[in-house]
Amino acid sequence: MIDILHILISESFWIASLRIATPLIFGVLGALLCEKSGVLNLGIEGIFVAGAMAGWIAVWLGAGLWGGVLVAAGAGAFFGLIHAILTVPLGLSQHVSGLGVTMFATSVSYFIYRTALPDTTSPPRIEPFQALDIPILSDLPFIGPVLFQQTAMTMLALIMVGVVWYVLDRTALGVAIKAVGDNPDSVDAQGLSVYGLRIGTIMAGSALMALGGAFLTMSAFSSFFFGMVNGRGWICIALVIFASWRPGKALLGALLFGAFDAFQVRLQTEVGAFVPGQVFLMAPYILSIFALVIAARRADYPRALLTPWFKGQR
Amino acid sequence: MKLFGAITRRVAMAAMLAVGLVAATGASAGEKIKVAGIYTLPVEQQWIGRIHKALNAANERGDIEYVYSENVANTDYERVMREYAEQGVQLIVGEVFGLERAARKVAADYPETAFLMGSSFEPQAPNFSVFDNWIHEPSYLSGMVAGAATESNMIGMVGGYAIPEVNRLMNAFMAGAHEVNPDVKFLVSFIDSWYDPPKAKESAFAMMDKGADIMYAERFGVSDAAVERGAKAIGNVIDTSGDYPGTIMASALWHMEATIDHAIGQVAGGTYSAEDYGQYSYMAYGGGSLVVDEALVPADVLAKVKEREAEILDGSFTVKVNDEPPVSSN
Repeated sequence: MIDILHILISESFWIASLRIATPLIFGVLGALLCEKSGVLNLGIEGIFVAGAMAGWIAVWLGAGLWGGVLVAAGAGAFFGLIHAILTVPLGLSQHVSGLGVTMFATSVSYFIYRTALPDTTSPPRIEPFQALDIPILSDLPFIGPVLFQQTAMTMLALIMVGVVWYVLDRTALGVAIKAVGDNPDSVDAQGLSVYGLRIGTIMAGSALMALGGAFLTMSAFSSFFFGMVNGRGWICIALVIFASWRPGKALLGALLFGAFDAFQVRLQTEVGAFVPGQVFLMAPYILSIFALVIAARRADYPRALLTPWFKGQR
Repeated sequence: MKLFGAITRRVAMAAMLAVGLVAATGASAGEKIKVAGIYTLPVEQQWIGRIHKALNAANERGDIEYVYSENVANTDYERVMREYAEQGVQLIVGEVFGLERAARKVAADYPETAFLMGSSFEPQAPNFSVFDNWIHEPSYLSGMVAGAATESNMIGMVGGYAIPEVNRLMNAFMAGAHEVNPDVKFLVSFIDSWYDPPKAKESAFAMMDKGADIMYAERFGVSDAAVERGAKAIGNVIDTSGDYPGTIMASALWHMEATIDHAIGQVAGGTYSAEDYGQYSYMAYGGGSLVVDEALVPADVLAKVKEREAEILDGSFTVKVNDEPPVSSN
């Protein structure tokens, strides 16, 4: 018990939690935006891969780290556009289209990677984002290291939580996005473009998802490996429901999952001799399912989620 | 740094030469053997990379015509095996850890094709041979280096999956560390993925937070964490010391050349049969070796390790094979 408490009060545990949570924060914000406009985006897992590959390869080709971030976001927006065209004006099944985008984005990323690096024994490394170390702020006890010794991308993720919240809750654009996800007819009656709003929101959301992937190759690690996204995208889809489509709760959900994961990694070495390692590996997922069961009962679904809308049809 | 163990190299060269002679006499009119590799992961993956490297070397020598398919899902693997067999490929090399039974059925359907597969189980007559990375000997030696080097008496070990071929090397490493340092403690965890460097990195950070000062880098990502914290690392299967200068103290390397060249010789001579190729990964065959960064390892430790290495090579010391999942010492 002492050991467990010791883990929970250590700075390094909370630093790790936030670090593990960062790609999930991007992903869950992206998924939340798409769904707020009424479209489920199961392309998330593939868009993570595309972002991870595109950002990293851009930096490797000399675009600079922030250039890489932009390229990753652009790649995400591109795959978002594909998903948007299939599901919004064409009104196809959002599940099928999303899974298709995941497969397509994954394969294309791998194709580009292999074409660029046909004969490599280990992928080239880039110089990734380093911990910020802001004077004064980083020296604050506990909060300092946990919050301000992270990389710039973690800061960006936290800032994006505020941005998404502000746009959705405090701007006319946010009202329009929420309306298009709840009652597209009302948006149409206002003379706004349902298609335009949905396509734009999906592209923005997908760009955010891609940043989650880019974090893996440009901040958490320094090169791209096939399969390294390892299901992180799917977790975000569950976290959106947990968050009940609210950015603040999305942050909480991602942090909770990150903390579970950081905790299991530490617990494995504490009591690994008595308990099989797999128990710890599944723990974050089981705890997430429990959290979902509780949270989903009061989930406030966007009313038009999964429902295609066609102009002129009532 | 230098690849130490000149005997190892000499043995390897002799083995290669012998195989070369067999190949030269066996293959009629210099016909190249058609070889196909089928891998479940990209060729960057350490384990697969070693097979790919050995086959590429044979390809460049002109002994074989080499094609490969990477990133083949286990569920699709059987189809790819059949496709190559139907195309008349003479030797198929790959890994069947995820489809042991199905792969043996395919081999039975194509008795004319030689199969050389990474497997946890037995070979199957007449044409299904097995191999694996039996580099527990250099792993033991790398453990000795780590055991002597740790100041906190705590070594962290991050593994992929707790399967026999991973456990075996980890256990040998632990035994080696114990030999030189009976007080050493181990932190062991598995990430249940072959390819998730950020996760491996998190596990390594957690261990170093707990006091580990030497990391056994079974996965990509662990050495990166060691670099960030100024700890040292021990490599496995491939030599990554070029990527992490001053961090990798020693690495237990796997060389597939002896295995591949033996198989090519057998196919060329028309004498291919179901065999366990495991021994060709042993140090005596040049299938395994230890590489040490001499700037990081004190001379007395190095002398001890070299002595042990000589004993392994002449057969007077045997590294115990233990496939049980390793656990943290508490």
